[in-house]
Amino acid sequence: MSQDNIVEFNHVQKSYDGETLVVKDLNLHVARGEFLTLLGPSGSGKTTVLMMLAGFEVPTHGEILLNGTPINAVPPHKRGIGMVFQNYALFPHMTVAENLRFPLDVRKISRADAEKKVQRALDMVRLGQFGNRRPGQLSGGQQQRVAVARALVFDPDLVLMDEPLGALDKNLREEMQLEIKHIHEQLGVSVVYVTHDQSEALTMSNRIAVFDDGVIQQLAAPDMLYEEPDNAFVAYFIGENNRLHGIVKQVNGKSCEVELENNGGTVKALPVNVAGEGQRTTLSLRPERVEVNPTNGIDNSFDARVEELIYLGDHIRTRVRVCGNDEFVIKIPNAHGHARINRGDTVKVGWALQDCRALDA
Amino acid sequence: MAQADITQDTGADGRLDKLTTADGTPLKVSIRRAMRRNKLIAFGLTAPLLFFIVFSFLMPIFDMASRSVENHQIPEAMPRTVAVLEGWNGQEVPGEAAFEALALDIQEGQRTRTIGRAATRLNYQEAGMRSLIMGSARRADQLEPPYKQALLEVDDDWGDLDVWRLIKRESGYYTASYYLNAIDLTYSDTGEIVAQPEYRQIYVMLFVRTLWMSALITGLALLLGFPVAHLLATLPARHANLLMILVLLPFWTSLLVRTTTWIVVLQTEGVLNDMMVWLGVISDDGRLQMIYNQIGTIVAMTQILLPFMILPLYSVMKGISPSYMRAAKSLGARPPVAFWRVYVPQTIPGMGAGGILVFILAIGYYITPALVGGQSGQLISNYIAYHMQQSLNWGLAAAIGTILLAGVLLLYATYNRIVGIDNMKLG
Ligand SMILES: Nc1ncnc2c1ncn2[C@@H]1O[C@H](COP(=O)(O)OP(=O)(O)OP(=O)(O)O)[C@@H](O)[C@H]1O
Ligand SMILES: [Mg+2]
Repeated sequence: MSQDNIVEFNHVQKSYDGETLVVKDLNLHVARGEFLTLLGPSGSGKTTVLMMLAGFEVPTHGEILLNGTPINAVPPHKRGIGMVFQNYALFPHMTVAENLRFPLDVRKISRADAEKKVQRALDMVRLGQFGNRRPGQLSGGQQQRVAVARALVFDPDLVLMDEPLGALDKNLREEMQLEIKHIHEQLGVSVVYVTHDQSEALTMSNRIAVFDDGVIQQLAAPDMLYEEPDNAFVAYFIGENNRLHGIVKQVNGKSCEVELENNGGTVKALPVNVAGEGQRTTLSLRPERVEVNPTNGIDNSFDARVEELIYLGDHIRTRVRVCGNDEFVIKIPNAHGHARINRGDTVKVGWALQDCRALDA
Repeated sequence: MAQADITQDTGADGRLDKLTTADGTPLKVSIRRAMRRNKLIAFGLTAPLLFFIVFSFLMPIFDMASRSVENHQIPEAMPRTVAVLEGWNGQEVPGEAAFEALALDIQEGQRTRTIGRAATRLNYQEAGMRSLIMGSARRADQLEPPYKQALLEVDDDWGDLDVWRLIKRESGYYTASYYLNAIDLTYSDTGEIVAQPEYRQIYVMLFVRTLWMSALITGLALLLGFPVAHLLATLPARHANLLMILVLLPFWTSLLVRTTTWIVVLQTEGVLNDMMVWLGVISDDGRLQMIYNQIGTIVAMTQILLPFMILPLYSVMKGISPSYMRAAKSLGARPPVAFWRVYVPQTIPGMGAGGILVFILAIGYYITPALVGGQSGQLISNYIAYHMQQSLNWGLAAAIGTILLAGVLLLYATYNRIVGIDNMKLG
């Protein structure tokens, strides 16, 4: 049990109805000062995990440690964890400053100190002038910032955020992502963040835990998650990805041969998560790792028929039919001298063995 | 309707002059034209309700308010007397001219049967006036000049200065005496405003009693209703529905049945007393009087008005997201503190709406106090009813009613100033 972990989940399970497990055997460590994101589709149990950590739900089994001590029996108000709710939950009958003073008041912090802390927190989220307003008189983004300030004003070690940006429009969301990230870097608090938006998770996190069906599918840094997904779900959930299904013919060390279904041919791939020879597998291949007119000697090379071209400015998204799959996507960067192709052309496409990961079926 | 595409006239200096639609009509005009149709339709749809309200609500209120000051009986039934008394100084019993006018008025009034109304009207102010006038009216055809002597022979009360002063005082088409009576004041014999004799002072006490009992009932309803509303708003739907039915059940049973049920429960030989005797809390001859007094009124009215507190509270509480309480707790507030500082303030619109509703209903309540209030539990409305139905002094009933109405409006205005009506949520 390392002191560097602010939170540890040990074999935590949760069931609401006694019939289905919403969280199944969760083991998760949050390092001190870390920004950890729980990412997963709707209903995967993210909020449940957060609620157990905040103390609003009781684990059905297992143990949660905060700073090394079990907190299963500690009520929420004694945990000292800051929390930002999806709908902000700013108290509508109090002004912004009163909202921020609330956690200080209940901690019996002297009036003068409280004023100072409130002002500092408001300045931090660039709302120094808004202390006297009611939450109802603020825009969505401003309310969001107040919620963040309120969760931080009493200097907690740990802050939980449950989809705090869900209600904002795209531009504001991206702005707030950076702002929260910077606040995190400045203050050094630990953050457990919940979202189902993968780009948000990639932008902000030190590590991401990808949830599905109450189980952590993979826990890794954003780049690792994107580039080295452990299983088909993670590959599919994070970023765009071409999927080819087939059967493993042969595994030899760092490479394997997979015979694709629909007579798609045989592909050389990196065996990451294959059950063994003769078993089904899913190949995962990022669109930007596919080359058009590849250099000779590349591991895999096929003829592809161009089905569709979509101009997206920085790149051209190209859908081709290859290996018996007509949903195969290639991103051609819009650089000098990029391949000029037209719909209906037949071109050669190829990719390296390491970029083609053989995962579970 | 004009085309929707809009051209902009730009003035010589390049400034935007006026917006017009494609056919050249100014934009404002065509908007007004387009809106007029909608307004007409909207008015047409609400017109029946409007007329209904005017006929069944505004006109009766206006009628009531005017009855509280109206005094046409005397100038209409005794026009000659009124005219002669106009020049009278009021210092001594008037002379033959006044008596002649009176005698003629009585004779004519007896023929047209209008004198009775004036007699009743004067009797409100001074007991005995009705028998004085009607006694003379019965012998009207025997009255011969000189009238003073003749009338004094019929009844020597006509020689009483105060009788004449009273007639003169009430000879106008409008009077303040109903309002004075409604707050336990009256005119002295010399015409000054003085307190009623002690044995006739009752209305101020009744107003005060009505106010404090209504306030108490409102407070009790809030105390009892708040937890129920909270439960309703937080229980899972299945249980909440059952509870809601229990809350609404009283609406589906007759008010009379509910009130009389309280008699069964509370009377000295009733269920509650029996139970306490059985449990040994009180002895058999120490049975408590819990009905036909203020306790009866308070208990029964609290129960009857409770739903009017619970429903607005419930609708407000239903809209308070549970995440507020969670947020408060996550910020370090103990549950009672979170409840008191975060939850309760957000229910104020509901408390205000429920409180005002219950209070206003309570100060006008009538059947329940009449049935279970005994003497000490009667409210002001019971006396309004008494004057409407028994004493037939509608003017006084109207004056009391108007004061009550003004009180309610005042309360409403105060509430608006302090809390804001738009903050009130009825459902
Ligand atoms: N209070 C509750 N009672 C019963 N079941 C619940 C409760 N809260 C959540 N669940 C169930 O638990 C599962 C996980 O819910 P949870 O709210 O943790 O999902 P989530 O990952 O946060 O999803 P989302 O992205 O939609 O917020 C869901 O199937 C949900 O129906
Ligand atoms: Mg959730």
